Amino acid sequence: MTGTTAEWEYAPAPESTKVEIKPQYGLFIDGAFRPAKAGKTFETINPANESVLSTIAQAEAIDVNLAVASARRALKGWRRAPALERAKYLYRIARRIQERARELAVLETMDNGKPIRETRDEDIPLAAAHFFHHAGWCDKLRWACPTADGSVPEPVGVCGQIIPWNFPLLMAAWKIAPALACGNTVVLKPAETTSLTALRLAEILQEVDLPPGVVNIITGAGETGRELVAHGDVDKIAFTGSTEVGRAIASTVAGTKKRLTLELGGKSPNIIFADAAIDQAVEGVVSAIWANQGQVCCAGSRLIVEESVADEVIEKLRLRMRSLRVGDPLDKNTDVGAINSRAQLTRIERYIKIGVDEGAQHHEVCDAALPAKGFWCRPCFFTGVQPAHTIAREEIFGPVLVVMTFRTPDEAVARANNTQYGLSAGIWTSRGSKAYEVARQIKAGVIWCNTFNQFDPAAPFGGYRESGFGREGGRSGLSAYLA
Amino acid sequence: MTQRNDITKTWKLFIGGAFPRSESGRVAPVTDIASRSGGKALAYIAQASRKDLRDAVEAARGAQEKWAASSGYLRGQIIYRLAELLDGRREELVESVRMSGRLGKGRARTEVEIAIDRTLSFAGWCDKLDSVSGGRNPVAGPFHCFSQIEASGVAVVVASEQASLLGFLTMTLPALACGCAVIAIPSEKEPIPALIVAECAPSADIPQGVLNVLTGLRAELVPAIAGHRDIDAVVASLEPELATIMQLGVSENLKRVRLIDPSERFLDDALWSSPRAFQTVTEVKTVWHTVGT
Repeated sequence: MTGTTAEWEYAPAPESTKVEIKPQYGLFIDGAFRPAKAGKTFETINPANESVLSTIAQAEAIDVNLAVASARRALKGWRRAPALERAKYLYRIARRIQERARELAVLETMDNGKPIRETRDEDIPLAAAHFFHHAGWCDKLRWACPTADGSVPEPVGVCGQIIPWNFPLLMAAWKIAPALACGNTVVLKPAETTSLTALRLAEILQEVDLPPGVVNIITGAGETGRELVAHGDVDKIAFTGSTEVGRAIASTVAGTKKRLTLELGGKSPNIIFADAAIDQAVEGVVSAIWANQGQVCCAGSRLIVEESVADEVIEKLRLRMRSLRVGDPLDKNTDVGAINSRAQLTRIERYIKIGVDEGAQHHEVCDAALPAKGFWCRPCFFTGVQPAHTIAREEIFGPVLVVMTFRTPDEAVARANNTQYGLSAGIWTSRGSKAYEVARQIKAGVIWCNTFNQFDPAAPFGGYRESGFGREGGRSGLSAYLA
Repeated sequence: MTQRNDITKTWKLFIGGAFPRSESGRVAPVTDIASRSGGKALAYIAQASRKDLRDAVEAARGAQEKWAASSGYLRGQIIYRLAELLDGRREELVESVRMSGRLGKGRARTEVEIAIDRTLSFAGWCDKLDSVSGGRNPVAGPFHCFSQIEASGVAVVVASEQASLLGFLTMTLPALACGCAVIAIPSEKEPIPALIVAECAPSADIPQGVLNVLTGLRAELVPAIAGHRDIDAVVASLEPELATIMQLGVSENLKRVRLIDPSERFLDDALWSSPRAFQTVTEVKTVWHTVGT
């Protein structure tokens, strides 16, 4: 290490909790683990050192059939179960996640590459909160989403849920908790690079004696997901992932009665006005784009800063970036961990190259030495970015920030809305009236004023435009799982 | 010869507050099926083209933000005025619904009365939807967090083929009330009741471009709607084949599509005047603001 960081050398502070990982995992169908019928498997690795963590069953059409049939069988009993009895299972799941929180955090960090600070403080507590919150909804659906005749709203049925690798357990919770609270049964497919915490959740479901078939977890890659989406006995598809795959799913579902909710990509603006508390705003920018290595659908990847404070903001950003620690995700001092996969790293590097080729200025302030093995990308930002530049338009899903400037609030709003996406936005200003007016004008589903990347089970989350449709969390999230 | 001849009317499109002919120049006859007058044309209607659709979307896009930004109180008064005007043309509406031969005069009258009353109901929704469907979110951190209900943007309504007035209004009113700008495609066989609504729109002070009405052939218009990238939401009553084409449009620009069973008659007030009517034409926006000193 060189420069200022050398004087700030930290001793390694690795997380000491040891987690047992089995050499192989089966599919979780009808309450039990079983190998895939055809016996196919795939390996899951630790992206921070490329070591193999476990071998996982790969579900194919016949396994998807079994999982859907199991969910269908379980539906009748589950939807008719007294609401408070359903609630007790969800409360127990929440409690078991809390009790096994450290183990889950370490496992998540090993499988995903994100820093233990994030899995420990964000992913796992929020996953538990999601189950706890939705447990309480089970017997209140009538007031949450009233029906025309005052009856208790009915569940949709068997839900196929496909989740991404960036928040593996948290996304599983976002999907499973509301579905179960509303009386649906579930076939969940985690992403192929991050199946381990979902399978650990399956163990928890066994611990709490959740009736067999209410939740089935099938592992595999895109093909497994396609089988699930196309399955004739699935009533609803809920997908979180890329806009590209979301479009394909929408095409597959066309012509069927399947319900669909999509939580897709973003290119979210983060607007700093000159009257903002600049130091706080800079901290907000850091958490908006470099949290989880920028692999966040709602990442604040476009910094739109008022011209009069642009130099100050960029200088402070530069200073702050210098202190970001990139490295071992299991080290409690690490700020930026490993990129989830080689494929994703390649994609990020390609975008960085395009940014340079198209004439934007690339700033890579952090000069931390990167480990020899694993997938690493130093956080960076670009200035001199034009709205037409590829890096200003397309979702990179990495720790890459583009910086643009504006002169008037109208120009800020126009720049913010100049995207086909509409997932989130950040607004930094000390004037409440301005914050609320700009929030009104921005076409995005979640707007953070003087904060960023806040999530809560009580707060609906989801996008406008090509960021998808449907909401997760709050009352709006329930309606997606009710007929 | 003392017999007075009817003035055979040509009904035009309604785009951006004006009543143009189709740019294609096409018109089609409308006949009085009920009178069994041997297919004699009683009126002519314009047949909108793909280009007319594009013009209508442009007009709607231009008008939408201002309409959504106006107060719910104002939108409510405008829709109330629409109900007044429709009530004033009640006999003409009954006659236009009856003409299709689908309903006898009595049931045509009932349907018209329900449709006008539903307009009144939605006038009242404009400043209440947020109270019922939005609200403060009790999050665990030091934040003021609330969700508000906003218009999806530009919405297309492919109205019921059967319920030519009641279906048209029931599918169009939620979008108008919440602040969408609408392009509405009336029943192909019975377009006249919807065209009467269009004629009332300027007098009700519905701003130019907020409501556009295109008569024409569904088989032509539906693929154009599905493929248009500047339409945010679609509420459509379509037979399976065209419904699938519309659903495929989701993958074009993630436009939201809600399909309504073509056999629906829209008579159930509790259902069709409920907040569920706003599905697809509204978005939930969640706003967080820090709380502290």
